[in-house]
Parts: sequence; C-alpha cells; structure tokens
Amino acid sequence: MHKQTISSIRRALAAREYSSAELCQHFLDRIDSANPELNAFITVTRESALAAASQADEQLAKGASSPLLGVPLAHKDIFCTRGVLTSCGSRMLENFVPPYDATVVSRMQSAGAVILGKTNMDEFAMGSSNENSFFGAVTNPWGEGRVPGGSSGGSAAAVGARLVPGCTGTDTGGSIRQPAAFCGITGIKPTYGRVSRYGMVAFASSLDQGGPMAATAEDCATLLACMAGHDPRDSTSIDEPVPDYSASLGDSINGLKIGLPKQYFAAGLDDTIAAALQAAISELEKLGASFVEVELPNQHLAVPAYYIVAPAECSSNLSRFDGVRYGHRCDDPADLEDLYKRSRSEGFGHEVKRRILLGTYALSTGYYDAYYLKAQKIRNLISRDFTTAFETVDMILGPTTPTPAFELGANSSDPVAMYLNDIYTIPANLAGLPALSAPCGFSGELPIGLQLVGNYFTENKLLNVAHQYQQVTDWHSQLPARFA
Amino acid sequence: MTVDSKLVGEIAHLARLDLDETSVANYAREMAGVLALARQMEDVDTDAVEPMAHPLHAVQPLRADEVTEIDQRDEFQAIAPAVDDGLYLVPQVIE
Repeated sequence: MHKQTISSIRRALAAREYSSAELCQHFLDRIDSANPELNAFITVTRESALAAASQADEQLAKGASSPLLGVPLAHKDIFCTRGVLTSCGSRMLENFVPPYDATVVSRMQSAGAVILGKTNMDEFAMGSSNENSFFGAVTNPWGEGRVPGGSSGGSAAAVGARLVPGCTGTDTGGSIRQPAAFCGITGIKPTYGRVSRYGMVAFASSLDQGGPMAATAEDCATLLACMAGHDPRDSTSIDEPVPDYSASLGDSINGLKIGLPKQYFAAGLDDTIAAALQAAISELEKLGASFVEVELPNQHLAVPAYYIVAPAECSSNLSRFDGVRYGHRCDDPADLEDLYKRSRSEGFGHEVKRRILLGTYALSTGYYDAYYLKAQKIRNLISRDFTTAFETVDMILGPTTPTPAFELGANSSDPVAMYLNDIYTIPANLAGLPALSAPCGFSGELPIGLQLVGNYFTENKLLNVAHQYQQVTDWHSQLPARFA
Repeated sequence: MTVDSKLVGEIAHLARLDLDETSVANYAREMAGVLALARQMEDVDTDAVEPMAHPLHAVQPLRADEVTEIDQRDEFQAIAPAVDDGLYLVPQVIE
C-alpha cells in the first residue's frame, strides 16, 4: 500500500479495495519501525488518526467523495494544530499546544485528510539540513549519515521513505524544494500569497509560503488544490481563483519554451547534477519543449540579499517569544529583563540566535539603509531579471541544489558554506514566484532534483510539465532499498 | 564597521538575548562572515531602484469594521506559563 501514490490511494479507497483504517494502520506501523532511525516525526497522532480514518471509512461507505477523504498525510510542525503539540523544532515551543488550527490544516481536514502526525524541521524553519532541530537531526532515507535537507527535512524524509504519502512543507529560501531534491520526491513552493500563512509560525513574512510535498507532481496538484485560496485571516493572501491543477496535468507540452539560465549551469554545479539535467532536458525535448539560454544577471546577489532580509524579518517576528503568553519561560526570573533574556536564550538554539542577532544589527539605526533597504532594492533587480526572462520563455529550468545531499555535520561549522546551498532556490522566494522540484536522477545512491520556476500563478504549468516528465521517467517512483 | 564582541554584546541586549563570552566571540566571527557576503550588494548601483514592498505589488486590504473574533481568553491563558485571575503574570515592574 505504501508504494501507491495519493491518486491511486484515492481510487482504491473509493473502490473499497482497502479501508482508510487499514491504510493508516499500515503507515503508522511503518512510522513505528522507521522513525527511531530517521527521526522524521516529532509527534505521531496515532489515536486521533485511527479515529479519523474510521470516520472517513463511514463517509466512504456512504459514497462521499471529498478530495482527500481517508488519505493519510502529515503536517510540518510549523503549522498550528489545535490540541496537538506544535513545536516548530524549538525548545521555545516544546510545550506549545495551539488553541486553533492553521488555515492549511483546517482546509485539509475539510477535504477529508487523516493526519498521522507532525514532522521534524529545522528550528523555526531556519536551516538547510534539518540539523538545527531541538528534537535532533533527521536522517536522509537514501543515505545513512546524509542530511535530508531543510528546513522541511522531516516531511521530505517521511515521504521519501513512504512513511506517509504526502506532507505539508514551508519554503522561505528553498525549504520545500531543497529537501524534496535531497530525498527524491516532488515539492512545489507556490506563488507568494497563494497559500494562507494564517497559523503557520512566521519566520520571514515576506518570503514564507506553504506548499505540498509528495511522490509525484500529480499528488502535489491534488494537495495544492486543497491548500490554496484566499484567506481573509492572512492579509497577504491573494484573492485569485484557484485553478483545477489536476485538470491541466495531461496537457501536451509541445511548443513550450523553457529558459536555461546561464548562471545556473556555471561553476559550482556538481557534474552528476549537470549531467542529470542534460538528460532531463533531452526527455522534455522529446515531448516537444524547446530550450533557449536566458540571462539572470543579478542571481549572484540573491544569497547576500536573502541573508539580510530573512534574518531582519526573523528578528522582528521572533520578538513575540517573551516567556509571558506562551512558550518557554525561565525559572525564577529576577526582573522583567531577566525573564525576557533567559527565556529567549534558553528557548532558542544557536542558528536562530545568530539570525536574530544579524537581523537586529541589519535593522538598527545607521545600518538599515546599508543592509535592509539595499537588500529590498536588490530583490527588485532579481525580480526584474525574471520578468524580462518570462517575456521570451514560459518557464525556467535549472538545478534545485548545487550538490546532492551532504553528510551530517559537513557544513555546520561554517554558516556561509551552509547558506550557499540555497543559491538556486532563494531567487524564486525573493521574487515571490512559484517553483517546483522533481526527481531527475541519481548521483551514486543519492537523488537529484530539477527545478522549474514559473511566472506568478503558473503553478498549473509547472505541475503539468513535471507530470508529463514523470510519465516518461521513473525517478519519482524509486524507493530507497531499506524502505521499499 | 567591524563586528567585534562589544558590538555583538550590544546587539544581544537589544534582542534580549543573554550570551556568554564564548558565544559572543563565536557569533562575532560568524556574523562577520555573513556580513562580508552581504557586502557583495555594495557593488551594485541601486540609486534608481525602488525597494520591493510586495512581489505582486499588493496593497493592504481593508475589511468591514465588524467584530469577527470571539472571546477566547480562557483558552489562550490555558497555555500561558503564569496567569492569575485572567491576567498574565510577570515579575514586579513598579516598586
């Protein structure tokens, strides 16, 4: 059952080939046996999942057909879940049981999803390796001692090992796409404002965007359709109709024009990834797509700008954690300042503190213009590069990551080396564009991801191209031998 | 401006973080690395470029001035570290 995609699970549940309860029990058993090794889940909601599965079975017996009815899924532990621990990978929220659901959570519940648990992540979504979790690092199911990527590393490892057929993730600088690439799955970061951020613990509000992670583009289309849409509770949510992402998956891509940014195929890209991308380009050409080189001349400024904007917004967002209303509070505070300082110092980990310090510095008097304002201007330059490119091409193709999954501990002592892992993913966040990663080969035993970046609200086109590619390749259906 | 331990100590106070001497020194070194990366932006002339406020140039929406939230104080305070009689408790501020 675990080898099935969400699409085939939906058909099997509707045909009563197995029950949702049987299906969820199967995945819960897989979580029990694999999680001690992978550490992909922080919380497993066994009892509520089995109860929800039984309810779904009753609905299915009556012929009900909501889009995710009885389908087991999991949420990244950044999404608030009423009555269920929402730690955000932090000691600060080790005891935080929200009194409300995130919009993404309530929408997927309305669609009938059965939630098996909450997945591990880098603390407050800050990281590219999942090594920054208070609950310990996650292991990549494809290679012992390899990171799963971050920050949605638990979600990617869980889907990669088929402990669950789909998960939610969030992407601020690549946190859906990079772990999807490292774990051999498909993930899409939608257009900024496409998916509500209400109840999603904020890291960098102008960049954060939730999205789905699953084995295939088809499954991502199903999940995104349930997640997306206007939400009056998120003032940055865009009031645009949500297209039927599944309806356009089968469209021919004959005549599609795809841009290859010169800057994405330059020095620094691993040879095996470059070769896998060339092979993917050939497959897409056979399907009728044509490729032209495009220029994105300001891309090298994306990482520098991001590591000002993201920490600045982080330092502002995380000022809410004060030990007063919820979250960690130090013992026996001497005075108010001591309460703030010790609660925050005990509650936050090293990387989070570093970003708070960087952001506080970048926003402080005398440095605001030189850092934050400058970075926001650079964002416009990067955005204009894409606008110009989209005048001549329908979308852009490139690598998701410069290397395959690296070893645990490999980059943990040098923040700049770690930050450069996000070099190909950050530009789409800065410009607010939708971007998808899909498996396109292996480097030894480790999966490789290709990235598609589209114009605003063209998620349907990205999913269409990835789906067509997945009809003629089988990278997305391969499982690590240990979890087959 | 060089990022030294003194500066990091001052920023830590602004951010209400309590750091020991070793961490301050480590953060000073790491922040200097990240800020050196950020200074690549200095090479670009952005005088004529507007800062980005929203990728889609969206403006803040307004809604009708109607009550949409219900009183959930008890539920919110159930997860607070220290409350008494509907109030959040902090150490004494005024003598």
